[in-house]
Amino acid sequence: MRRVLLFLPLAIFLGLGFFLWRGLSIDPTELPSARLNQPFPAFELASLTEPDRILTEQDLKGAPALVNVWATWCPTCKEEHAYLNQLAREGVTIYGINYKDEPVKARAWLDRYLDPYVASVVDEEGRLGLDLGVYGAPETYVIDADGVIRYRHVGAVDARVWQDLKAVMDAIATGDRS
Amino acid sequence: MKHLLLSLLLLWPLSVTAAIDAYEFSDPVTEARFQELTAELRCPKCQNNNIADSNSPIASDLRREVYLMLEAGATDQEVVNFMVDRYGEFVLYRPRVNEMTWLLWYGPFGLLAVGLVVVLLVSRNRRRRQSAGPQRELDARERERLNKLLQQDKDT
Repeated sequence: MRRVLLFLPLAIFLGLGFFLWRGLSIDPTELPSARLNQPFPAFELASLTEPDRILTEQDLKGAPALVNVWATWCPTCKEEHAYLNQLAREGVTIYGINYKDEPVKARAWLDRYLDPYVASVVDEEGRLGLDLGVYGAPETYVIDADGVIRYRHVGAVDARVWQDLKAVMDAIATGDRS
Repeated sequence: MKHLLLSLLLLWPLSVTAAIDAYEFSDPVTEARFQELTAELRCPKCQNNNIADSNSPIASDLRREVYLMLEAGATDQEVVNFMVDRYGEFVLYRPRVNEMTWLLWYGPFGLLAVGLVVVLLVSRNRRRRQSAGPQRELDARERERLNKLLQQDKDT
């Protein structure tokens, strides 16, 4: 018994060491999404490119798609924009949420850097962003044909992130077929 | 001394408010609830700041949301639920008590109990060892050595 007790500090040290080591590879800025597997929040917002048209969450339904939260004030959005254009050319459906931005600037940006979005809504107040739990642009969501949020990525979309998003979209597609 | 105290007093910060927006509250109670809530909700972007202290756009949006909800008559619980629905349990500086957080809430008391048990065991062990059997008497040689050592101390 006594001898076993002698090893207690070592055991505590190893336990602590394990948790601290695990902590090194956890990204504290990555929050679990509270909206996962829930329907896309309801909204009624004007289209960015056709200001007279009002879009709602119903317009996102129909097929699995990406919903990208972006703004002209966000440098990382610019970084990922070319990749989104490429995805759009490959036939991926991408919707845009122009988050807390000025529509005039946003339209100029899309003219200049091309528009990968099937449609963009103007979320000038950030209300939709708030309902989605957006805490920093860019964010990209995968929604299924019923408009349910299946995945969320915070940060730029690049080839590596796309692999994750694509896996989710493929899983949705096979799930729908069966 | 008086000068030192005076200068220290002058260095004392008189106000430590950080929030910058000016909201008009319908009554002081609502204002107090607003202060309390914003101090307990964590800013999702600028971590380790509450939304009351943070200047980030998202924190100011959330403050506005809390303000509007309170003025519309929402309870504290409704405001907290609203935030948790959107940003997850992460936004709570005071986590809820549930299966996930039992260790967090009660762990320290468990550790305290373990510590108490260890202290009790150790002290009981020691007492038993002290009371166990009469101590052996010193034999002649040992006594002589002890005396010598005591003598040494006296000399110095």
